[in-house]
Amino acid sequence: MTTIVRLTLVEAARRRLLWVLLALTVISVGVTTWGVSRLVDVATSNGAGLNPLELALGVSQVLILAAFMFSFVLAMTGAFLAAPAIAGDLESGVALALFARPIRRAEVVLGRWLGLAIVVGAYAIAAGLLEVAAVGAVTGYRPPDPVGAAIQLAGVGIVLMTIVLTLSTRLPAIGAGAIAVVAFGLSWMLGVLGGIGQVFGVSALEAAATVGRILLPTDLLWRGTVFALEPPSLILGTRIGGPLVAANPFVALRPMSLPELAWVVGWLGIVLAIGVISLDRREI
Amino acid sequence: MTDAAIETRDLAKTYGRTVALEALTMRVERGEVFGFLGPNGAGKTTAVKLLLGLARPSGGSGTVLGAPLGDRAVRGRVGYLPELFRYQPWLRAREVLTLHCELAGLPAAVRRGEIDSALATVGLAERADSFVGTFSKGMQQRLGLGVALLGSPELVVLDEPTSALDPVGRTEVRSIVRAVADRGATVFLNSHLLGEVERICDRVAIVDRGRVVASGRPSELGGERGVRVVVHGLANAGSIASSFGGVAADGDGLRIACRRSAIPDLVAALVSAGGRVDTVEPLRSSLEERFLEIVAADGR
Repeated sequence: MTTIVRLTLVEAARRRLLWVLLALTVISVGVTTWGVSRLVDVATSNGAGLNPLELALGVSQVLILAAFMFSFVLAMTGAFLAAPAIAGDLESGVALALFARPIRRAEVVLGRWLGLAIVVGAYAIAAGLLEVAAVGAVTGYRPPDPVGAAIQLAGVGIVLMTIVLTLSTRLPAIGAGAIAVVAFGLSWMLGVLGGIGQVFGVSALEAAATVGRILLPTDLLWRGTVFALEPPSLILGTRIGGPLVAANPFVALRPMSLPELAWVVGWLGIVLAIGVISLDRREI
Repeated sequence: MTDAAIETRDLAKTYGRTVALEALTMRVERGEVFGFLGPNGAGKTTAVKLLLGLARPSGGSGTVLGAPLGDRAVRGRVGYLPELFRYQPWLRAREVLTLHCELAGLPAAVRRGEIDSALATVGLAERADSFVGTFSKGMQQRLGLGVALLGSPELVVLDEPTSALDPVGRTEVRSIVRAVADRGATVFLNSHLLGEVERICDRVAIVDRGRVVASGRPSELGGERGVRVVVHGLANAGSIASSFGGVAADGDGLRIACRRSAIPDLVAALVSAGGRVDTVEPLRSSLEERFLEIVAADGR
């Protein structure tokens, strides 16, 4: 399996996608940091000044907004890296020579997954921490759990990558990627609708959101990311605000619970197992 | 357990309602170069995929190097060049070979030697550090052949190994195949190029509609087609020859459809009638002619 992991890492590096993403990330971190510093400058330019609470509330919301946009970048990254990893080899014929070797197909799926998880995880954590550090340097705001936020954000990319990898054992690369990205968008929308359902007491919407989170747990990871980036004062305030704030997808009242974390891990295991069985039964 | 390199019995494969392989029964002995021939859609590539465990049979059974079809361990003793030869374009030629050494489970100590040897054999030593993406189709096929030869496998399966090669490359492949056979390995050669097969294969099987319709040594399959003679000074040569078989004009001579054993009597009759026999050329069907006859007789 280590051979396939190494092959995946070499492929990611040589296909240049990752380097382009890193360059774009550095540029976007620079731009958002500059934007945040300008906002702080404007807010303090009239001499009124900002108290630490106002600064934390404002900057944390900008950080969460940047994380939200970054979660889409990560989802796309996961999908674009995973879609051709197996389907591309099957479509091009590379798999013929590969699978004729004494290698278990499970090793191919798990090796590909581990290699891609390293790539997506390392990229997400590095880019996430860079953003937090850069914003912190110019504003002084330190989110309560930046590492936890980066890991959960990486989880979003890894979940998407996993479902695409499994789908690509049966579907063409482009189909697997497209389906997963659409599912990711739907899952996020269901999360928002679930919040609205909670505010207005529409249990059907809440149930739909729960089903969405079970089928694709990216929204669970997103809420966990938001919680890790919020200042404690905001959490306290929104708790007092009651269920009304639940509709806001950029506010989380609690971290991801242990059962939810267990479900994310279990979901990854189940989807990977399906991918292994699917490729194992596939005729080349 | 069987001593054969490959043995199949009524091997069948269907995809939905499409019958790709009906009932393939054949035996390939160890150490021979075996040609597997057939028209497009005859089931040749399907048979190769079943032998290598890339697809599962719908019926029948078979063994490869004594192990049942699909056995994972035995694949370490088999080299394979697919008809659709594609290798990672973002890897260097040497890296592709290293990858396959690792996947084949070759000990680290022998890998470098194996890779250098494979590169030299297929004529890619000078392009060892070039990316596969920069290779022509012919060079990629050479690389695929190198991949198939890694680790001196007991069985080498070559699916159309010269389809992208120029005449020089084809000649080189013939030498490589013979060299593989000379070290005692078995070569299973799937090819459309019948002249090539005729020259290098010890035995051949012609498959059509998923069944073996003829098999044997290429010389046996070729069959006799009479004799061509050129006779001077004999006006009624045709009428004398006609008592030995059907006669047809062939350039400055005659083509007589007789058995090979009758040729001495035919020549004696022509000479005793006063003719001067200039040329006696026993005729045989080429494998290609025989192939076309067999396939036509099978209803194509």
